[in-house]
Parts: sequence; C-alpha cells; structure tokens
Amino acid sequence: MKILVPIKRVIDYNVRVRVKSDHSDVDLANVKMAINPFCEIAVEAAVRLREDGKADEVVAVSVGPKAVQEQLRTALAMGADRAIWIETAEDADLGPLGIAQLLAALVREEQPGLVLLGKQSIDGDNNQVGQMLAGLLGYPQGTFVSGLEVVDEGIEVVREVDGGLQTLALRLPAVITTDLRLNTPRFIRAPDIMKSRRKPIAHTGAEQLGVSPAAGPRLLAVHPPEPRAGGIRVDSVGELVERLRQAQVI
Amino acid sequence: MRTLVIAEQDRGRLAPATLNVLGAAGELGGPCDLLVVGHDCAAAVESARVLPGVEHVLVADAPVYADRLAENLAELVVAVAPGYSHLLAAASTSGKDLMPRVAALLGVNQVSEVIAVESPARFRRPIYAGNAVATVESDDPVKVLTVRQTAFAAVAPTGGTAEVVELGQRIEAVATRLVGEQLAESERPELTSARVVVSGGRGLGSREGFELVYRLADRLDAAVGASRAAVDAGFVANDLQVGQTGKVVAPELYIALGVSGAIQHLAGMKDSKVVVAINKDPDAPIFEVADYGLVADLFEAVPELTEAL
Repeated sequence: MKILVPIKRVIDYNVRVRVKSDHSDVDLANVKMAINPFCEIAVEAAVRLREDGKADEVVAVSVGPKAVQEQLRTALAMGADRAIWIETAEDADLGPLGIAQLLAALVREEQPGLVLLGKQSIDGDNNQVGQMLAGLLGYPQGTFVSGLEVVDEGIEVVREVDGGLQTLALRLPAVITTDLRLNTPRFIRAPDIMKSRRKPIAHTGAEQLGVSPAAGPRLLAVHPPEPRAGGIRVDSVGELVERLRQAQVI
Repeated sequence: MRTLVIAEQDRGRLAPATLNVLGAAGELGGPCDLLVVGHDCAAAVESARVLPGVEHVLVADAPVYADRLAENLAELVVAVAPGYSHLLAAASTSGKDLMPRVAALLGVNQVSEVIAVESPARFRRPIYAGNAVATVESDDPVKVLTVRQTAFAAVAPTGGTAEVVELGQRIEAVATRLVGEQLAESERPELTSARVVVSGGRGLGSREGFELVYRLADRLDAAVGASRAAVDAGFVANDLQVGQTGKVVAPELYIALGVSGAIQHLAGMKDSKVVVAINKDPDAPIFEVADYGLVADLFEAVPELTEAL
C-alpha cells in the first residue's frame, strides 16, 4: 500500500504572532517557519506503518511556493520515500477547498491506499482539508484520530470525539486526519538529513494536474484579539474568596 | 435567504449547543429551519419543535443514521441544501467532521469557528490559536459555517411552534462502520456549557493530585477541565482538554490550578468572564490573563479554598 501524506509549512508553534499595523494580515516576515505539528504526526504515523510492513511507500506532498520544499525535506528526513511539490504562486489565495481540489487530482494520479493528514494547521485553524478531500474523492473519512490499525482490507481508527472515544472501521482507500495523541514524532538525526538530500522531490502544479483551484473566502482584515483588562495579585485564599464574592461569580 | 441549522445531539437528546447556533442563525436574519438527524431522536424533535425562530424541523430518523457517520450525514445535508443560503452547525467534533465534507460536495468554501456575524456574507473568526481575529467575506452561493457556541447567546428553549417535516431519504455509507464507543460518564456539568470551570494542569503532579480539582469543582457545581500537559501525563481523559486542539470554553468563572498558560491553552479559555489562577510560579503566563492571581502551593491553597466556599 502506498500512503500519501500532505503536509503544510506554517509559523513555528512557539512563535507569538503579530498582526501587521495596517491590519492586512499577520506579519510573517523573518518569522521561524516549520512543518505543522499535526502534519508531523501524520508523517510519523505513515513511516511507522511502512516500518511495520503495512505500507510499501510513503509519499509526502505540499502545496505552496518554493519554500515548502524545506518542509518536504523534513518529511523525507523523517523517512518518507519521495516527495511531490505542488507549486502555487507566492500570492496565491487558496483556501482549504482549493488545496483539497489539488490534492484530489494528485490522489487520482497516485492512487494511494491511504491519505494521512493533520487534523488542522495551526495558522488558519480551519480543520477542513481532510474532510473536503474525502468528500471530493467519495472516500470514507476518519478524523481526529488518536489510534489506528490496519486490518484485512481496511483500517480501524480511534477518534477523539466530544465525550470520549469512538472506533470506526474504514474500507480503503480512505482519508485519515491525525490528532495530537496519535504518536510522538521522531527526532531527526544528522545522517537522516544527509540521506534525505538524495531523495527526489517531483514538481507539479495546478495546470499539470488539470485543476483550477477555488480561491478561499476573502480576507478583509486581521485584528489582534480584544485584550483582557489587567488583573491583580491576591495575597491569600481569604482575599481571593472575598474578591470573587464581590465580583458575584461565586 | 434561508438558514438550515444542523442540530447537535447528545445520545438522542438535543444538545445545548444547538441553542447557541440558533442564536448565530438569528443574527443572519431570514427564516430558519432545523435538521434533526439520528435514530430514536423523538426527544430531540420534541425539544426542537418549540424552539423560537425555527419554522420547520426537518427530521431524518432511521437506523442508518444511528451512528451519525459524516459520510451519510453529508449526503443527506446536500440533498436538502437546495433553497438554503446558509448551512450552520456547532464547531463541535461532529460539526467539524461533517461541514467541510458538505461544503466540498457543494463545491463551496467552509468558514470555521465563526465568533461574530457582521453581515450574511461577512464573518469574524479566530486564527493562529486565537492570537489574531480574521474578518472574512464569502461570495459562495451557499455559506457553510461552523459556529463557536461560546460566542453566541443561546435562544430560549421554548416559545416556538415549528412544523415537523419527515424526510424520506435513507443514505447509507458502505465503506464506514462504527465499531464501538467509549464515552466518559460524568455527573458534572458539561464542559463547554458550564457556568464555572475548574481546570488542572501539570502542577497537580499526579492522577491522585487531580482529586483537588474534583473536590473544588463539586463544591462549585463546576465542570472539570485540563491542560494538554495534564492529559498527556495521564491525569485525566482527553475529552477534558481545554485549548486550541481541545474544547473552547467561556464560562462566568474559570479557575486554573497548576496550569502554566501556554498559548494553545489560552486559546481555549481566554474569553471566560473571570479568570482565577493559582500557581506557585509567579512568572507563569497564566497570570497575564488572570483577573485574580494567587502565587501559592496548590496542595495548601486549594483545600483551603474548597473549605472557605
């Protein structure tokens, strides 16, 4: 079985974002970028399935301008066998639907048995691409997955849902999106980085894939959230209780 | 313009989140219908029928919908979608699972976690773990939205007289099957709708240490929450996690015990009305958002607080 793992280049999760002073967007100039944490978990899951003999090939794919090749190299260093870069213009205005349309065309070409994605990217916080991809392809979907096991002709996934956990059996091919607790991604060692440089990154684009991807909703403005009024420090439990009584919340 | 709200359910009953989504639907203007889908959902239909502002309750009650699989529900929603300008659901795990699939089948965008309606086409939503708020506009003929329930006032639970319409469609996915569920049983109020939330972090030290949180929560009739660190350390189940990747809460009172306040956690609770933090580290970032902060040892301060209430 071949596994396709779409990954995204995003701002590093430790960085505190700043909104541009003209409110056009957040400021990403000179900010540290990284592979989206949920995508990293998806790559790890795919590589483990191959190491366990449940998959033959892991293909990482990313949609975006030239810089996304950096994150594809990271995926290759983690153990992906090859990578595909779907190039888009620097100022392309793609939303999750456009990305899912490009990925759906690639899935039809590559015919993987499984598509593994992160449940959401930590920049847009959309949590849409996996579900959209499954819808466009007519595949079953397993979202927010914290456990998975390949069985016979399918896959069993444990989903994190409101109220607890749910187990689904999906017939392959299927789309799965990973939650935080699926695994802990491996540490990349220097020799893996050296090896990853020899692995191929193929190049394609919307035209080659025969897709005109939809634009996302128009971004009109970005503002910082309403700041919370400064609080106070209390010196004792007694004072805390008194303050809460005054505020009429207890 | 006409809105369809997909009802949120909790084991055959209408979940409170539905009332908040109807609150958001009310801000769009225009008439509103409610879709109740599942099996044995008579109780949900009974509650839905009297909700103010709802004109029709569309009911799809059949065994094929018992497991509420996104594959079935998405096709059903697409089948009833013609005639609606807006499709809304709560930004719960089921809403997030379903709505993007619906949008893709309709060939339109989906807008996630809407926190404000500026016009029928213009919405505000948090991005970057709530560190920025985006205003977006959609030209799509159908607006597919998930709604952050804590950002909208709930409609009253009674006062309406909707007409019940039974739907005939029976859509069954063959490629997906429910194997089982392990749902956490709790006597306490539900986390996302509780008036008071007591949340514990790594500072509790152990599963036993978390007892402090339960005792204080029971004294306040509060729901219990947790940081990711507490969940990963195995102190509590994952469905109690508050944050960017867990649940978003906005109670009247949020008490954070031994929670450092990573930005991912703040994304899930910083819209609470009053925030209290007790932590022994005076530099913990949680104090930046706390209205009342107490630097103290949890194991002394929390029992004292529980006693004093």
